[in-house]
Amino acid sequence: MNKFDTKIQELKYEVLKELIRSVYEGDTEDIYTEIPKKIVPGPKATMRCCIYKERAILQERIRMAKGGNKKDPNVIEVIDEACDECPIGGIYVTPACRGCLNHMCYHVCPRNAITVVNNKPIIDKDKCVECGRCVQACPYNAIIHQQRPCMMSCKVKAISMNEDKKARIDFSKCIMCGACVYQCPFGAIQDKSYILDCIDLLKKSEGGTKYKVHAVIAPAIVSQFKYAAIEQVITGIKMLGFHQVTEAALGADIVLYHEAEEFKEKGVMTTSCCPSFVMFVEKNFPELRQYISSSNSPMVEAAKLIKRTDPTAKVVFIGPCTSKKMEFRMPKTEGAVDCVISFEELQAFLDARDVDVASLDGTPLDNASYYGRIFAKSCGIAQGIKAVGESMGVTDINPIAMSGIDQCRVNLLKLKMGKAAENFFEGMACDGGCINGALCLHHGMKNMIDVDKYGQSAKEKNIEGSVKLYKMSLQAEEDRNSH
Amino acid sequence: MIISVCVGSSCHLKGSYDVIEGFKKAIEDNCVGDKITLQASFCLGHCAEGVTAKVDDEFITGLNGDNVGQIFKERILPSVL
Repeated sequence: MNKFDTKIQELKYEVLKELIRSVYEGDTEDIYTEIPKKIVPGPKATMRCCIYKERAILQERIRMAKGGNKKDPNVIEVIDEACDECPIGGIYVTPACRGCLNHMCYHVCPRNAITVVNNKPIIDKDKCVECGRCVQACPYNAIIHQQRPCMMSCKVKAISMNEDKKARIDFSKCIMCGACVYQCPFGAIQDKSYILDCIDLLKKSEGGTKYKVHAVIAPAIVSQFKYAAIEQVITGIKMLGFHQVTEAALGADIVLYHEAEEFKEKGVMTTSCCPSFVMFVEKNFPELRQYISSSNSPMVEAAKLIKRTDPTAKVVFIGPCTSKKMEFRMPKTEGAVDCVISFEELQAFLDARDVDVASLDGTPLDNASYYGRIFAKSCGIAQGIKAVGESMGVTDINPIAMSGIDQCRVNLLKLKMGKAAENFFEGMACDGGCINGALCLHHGMKNMIDVDKYGQSAKEKNIEGSVKLYKMSLQAEEDRNSH
Repeated sequence: MIISVCVGSSCHLKGSYDVIEGFKKAIEDNCVGDKITLQASFCLGHCAEGVTAKVDDEFITGLNGDNVGQIFKERILPSVL
């Protein structure tokens, strides 16, 4: 079975795998020459104009795998060498135009940007606003809207091109959702990897004797490793040197509890689990800031819980998300999480260490409740908050699930105008929620079914147990401090 | 004295929360709340031996909701009284 959806993911994976191998073999001196040669042995080029360009791009991918440009605050970078300078022709009439008599294109254009010469349309670029109506109207599909995939994928318009036609990301607008990372067909936009920091944490723990390294896994993991059971993946993660694997969903249970409490005071609020969504609100709807939930994200809440029970522990989060790579370094998370790696990076790590997940015995995984686990899909929090709210005597929660930035924008506008019928806004930057995250191995709506099954398999059907655990850890910490 | 009850996956499935409740009750019944801190802990590494608790530096395994009261009386209470 294919481990990845795209060729770009596979390339990234190959680089990571070779890099991790060389780190463990203690032979990192020549990685910039050796790894590209291994992946592109030549003599014939298979991807670009020549093997030298292919190798040069791979060198850039190695640089990204090692953490990228430290001076650039963004977790996503453009690899100039890989950027193919895609044309941005805008609305464009192709030779498929039959020169018909109806000229539907001409009639639907709201800006009079089309003139017809010899029965064929000519588009005045100065007038055209690229609304796309002529594209839809043409019965021959002869008019196309030529856009850069990166710019099209970026819903906050943070991507432009510079004078050399290379893509540029405006950090002040970027919400680090990673859509461009997954959508660029040339793999020219990539996330930085912190896998070496993770390996460093593991190595310095000296097999868990100095301190213990805990893995916190995002619930979306359940739809990712399709060739093995989730319990086998847990065993695999532990074989990499992690002491224990805890579900971020346990943190999600705690978040639900907090948010139901907070709702009592606020009456109107949005979620805060998706850092891209939070950044989207802050950068685009500053007046709605007050409504953002003050809860930590499930990742941070789970990490804090672990550290309250084991103060010297280190926590590595494993998820589908580019913006979590940003979140864990933000001051507001108070260093609760020590490192973040992606599912892609986990796959490379397992393979580099020759851990054959499918052949392993399973380790049980059960910390969280049904509701915590379904956080991975759009509508999961909405379902959870309604049920948890009711069990806590908060009956007037009317939630709406927004996934994808376009949906978020429309509904936040309504909230801003005072025209929203709902009072609890679940926001997720990726379409369909975290199961469709930019750094997922597999994308697709059928993953929803896996998440539901995983939720239903939880021993705890409500969040009572998780909240009990949470309160106990706070008490224990208080006791420890007062002694 | 600190009692840490394991709430790792394996123990959780075998009923950590029942054991925690059992300890809470036993602590209250015997009025030793000021001498004992009850806390949770992630995996203590005895996954195959039933729900595990660490009492200071000693491990007690095979706990469940039914036997926790008795074990508390026999093995924990004497050392705090």
